[in-house]
Amino acid sequence: MAIRWGSYKVTNLYDELVEKAGKPREHAKHLCEYLRALSDKDINELKAASDSAIHTMGVTFRVYHQEEGSIDRAWPFDIVPRLINAKEWSGIEKGLKQRIKALNMFIDDLYNDQNIIKDGVFPASMLKKSKNFLQECRGFSPANGVWANICGSDLVRDNQGKVYVLEDNLRVPSGVSYMLENRQVMKRVFPEMFQKYNILPVDDYPSELYDMLAEMSPRKIEEPEIVVLTPGIYNSAYFEHAYLAQQMGAELVEGPDLVVEDDDCVYMRTINGLARVDVIYRRIDDWFIDPEVFAPDSLLGVPGLIRAWKAGNVGLANAPGSGVADDKVVYAYVPKIIEYYLKEEAILANVPTYKCNDKAEREYVLENIADMVVKPANESGGYGMLIGPHATTEEHDKFRKLIIADPRNYVAQPMLTLSTAPTMVDTRVEPRHLDLRPFILSGKDIKVTMGGLTRVALERGSMVVNSSQGGGSKDTWIVDMEGE
Amino acid sequence: MLSRVANNLYWLARYLERAENTARLINVNSHLLLDLPSKVKLGWEPIVDILSFRDKFYETYKDVDEKSVINFMVVDKNNPGAILTSLKSARENARTIKEIIPREAWEQINALYLFVTENQKDAFTRRSRYAYLNKIILANQTITGLLAGTMSHDEAYAFVRLGRNLERADMSTRIIDVRSATLLSEIDSELPAFSNIQWMGVLKSMTAYQMYRREVRVRINREDVLTFLLTNPRFPRSLVHAIEQIERAVTELPNSKDTVEKTSRVKNYLLNANPATLKQEKLHEFIDDMQLGLIEIDKQIEDSYF
Repeated sequence: MAIRWGSYKVTNLYDELVEKAGKPREHAKHLCEYLRALSDKDINELKAASDSAIHTMGVTFRVYHQEEGSIDRAWPFDIVPRLINAKEWSGIEKGLKQRIKALNMFIDDLYNDQNIIKDGVFPASMLKKSKNFLQECRGFSPANGVWANICGSDLVRDNQGKVYVLEDNLRVPSGVSYMLENRQVMKRVFPEMFQKYNILPVDDYPSELYDMLAEMSPRKIEEPEIVVLTPGIYNSAYFEHAYLAQQMGAELVEGPDLVVEDDDCVYMRTINGLARVDVIYRRIDDWFIDPEVFAPDSLLGVPGLIRAWKAGNVGLANAPGSGVADDKVVYAYVPKIIEYYLKEEAILANVPTYKCNDKAEREYVLENIADMVVKPANESGGYGMLIGPHATTEEHDKFRKLIIADPRNYVAQPMLTLSTAPTMVDTRVEPRHLDLRPFILSGKDIKVTMGGLTRVALERGSMVVNSSQGGGSKDTWIVDMEGE
Repeated sequence: MLSRVANNLYWLARYLERAENTARLINVNSHLLLDLPSKVKLGWEPIVDILSFRDKFYETYKDVDEKSVINFMVVDKNNPGAILTSLKSARENARTIKEIIPREAWEQINALYLFVTENQKDAFTRRSRYAYLNKIILANQTITGLLAGTMSHDEAYAFVRLGRNLERADMSTRIIDVRSATLLSEIDSELPAFSNIQWMGVLKSMTAYQMYRREVRVRINREDVLTFLLTNPRFPRSLVHAIEQIERAVTELPNSKDTVEKTSRVKNYLLNANPATLKQEKLHEFIDDMQLGLIEIDKQIEDSYF
């Protein structure tokens, strides 16, 4: 007596795998049947096998713990995969490509001619207050005019099944290594399912990333020197930095490993002396990247890096200043940005967003704060947010005050009921809310991962999927049902 | 290769070797205690001495009893030489160079650290201690094998060999120094029968007993054991073998002239001194010189590459 789909309740929810109690969606039939046939003992064995795979593979993330400082946690992983039909996916993929293309044109425009402002589509006042707009980058344009080479966009589905983009992460998005590792774990644990389904592969991401980075090399040589710049092992995404460097065969470097010489070129310190570096995939925030230009006390960065970059002697991904477009206020303008640059309608919907600097919209937010999600413009990882329906009246008041004090810094959105998928709770499944973060690489061409990282809120009813706040993850299968 | 990476590889190998050697040392001592008559005062003190942690030890513990020494040498977070601390450092070093070492090796290092952490209580009962420590030794051998068998024998691997052999040479000199001094000399006259057992103990601390037996067929005695452990060129844990390995590994690296020179000097000193014939005090002085030589090599490696 293990998993019984008849008692899996999806009332008022959109479930990714189950249409209604007892009736799996077409593309999830095989999986649901397979799971139904498992005994409690089988399920426990599968869970143990996945735990042990994660354990030995050393898949971890770091959290800051009050007493113990920074500690490593095993990556919380749910063995039930999240399935998306390849047909639906190809539409989403198109939408993501459209979106990132327009966003990159937008960033390039902001740092150069600012036509979008001159044409009255994007208000100059917005740009003035943007914390992530870097004056130092004015007049510069990186290779192919692409600023955000690596983007992670968060997608959600509401309880009607409609897909929305929740946010675009254009600075240093993380999570892709977990997408890759989740797949490795699933192959170890569920080899049978990979025969049953035509699951589109994700494994080529590191080589696509490598090719894209190599394209950016200022020296046109056979084997450009590509490095991944990490803040170090205490960073919460360090696992990923090391993983990607390893998968690409690139050096993993820290700030002190690099030096900019008088010729404005970047070098790394090696056992043979200094060696020229062509492209840096940096996983350090703009603010810390170059103490000569930004935070002068940063020990993580490389003095002179911006100088070398602007001289065209090194490629930087993502380009400093890309963050100007992943501001949550800019987000509200994305449909207009797409229209303006591509003369197309946005394929993927935005969640309706109220900008608090607009008087009428702000009034609405203050009035309805108890039903809304309020987000600060420049935070990530779910920090500094208010989830109205789950908050106390005191918290509502606190956020009302914050908004009035700094309206440009806040946006609000209606509370979406995120879609769910069956998730293991002991040896049963229950619906849990989730999102999806696909990763988009932009060089000469734009490439999207097959699926992405599905993050799931492990607590019943919770919609907070961040791993730093009790979220877990699932493998995401884009299943090709043609010929079924 | 990045200097920082080279440094991490070197220390990864040193920490792993240190954990393995300490595990052997404790295992052998536990066994040795069972063989000796109760009136022989062979305790746990030499273990603390071998690793030169006497002061550190007395900061926390009152008596050099079995439980305190095991706690200190296996799990004590404040002891930089404890097995657990060494493995933790090894793991942290490995984490930062995961892209350099084979994935299986990282998985082993990670699994070893987790095993040692989760089963630490096994170190405290004699019944489970042997299996616990033996698993540490075997896991280390597996890691050594994985590195030898699945990692390109390039510069990165040369730094692993440098670290491993420098640590091994260091530990060998420590074991020989302390063991031959404190416990054996005084017993020699009184209880000759047990002197034999103790020299066996020294050999076993360095896993040398079986190989010694194959090469040296006469009754176990101080001079032959010392000759074997210090200058046998074929036994992989002898001092001269470790130093030769350092010499070879370093010649595969760029800018190796200074390090090769210093290493050769130490090796020649060792081969010409005929140390096995030295009386206790002179032997101690000689070992001191060896230790200084090793420190100089270590420093030269640091200057040239890190």
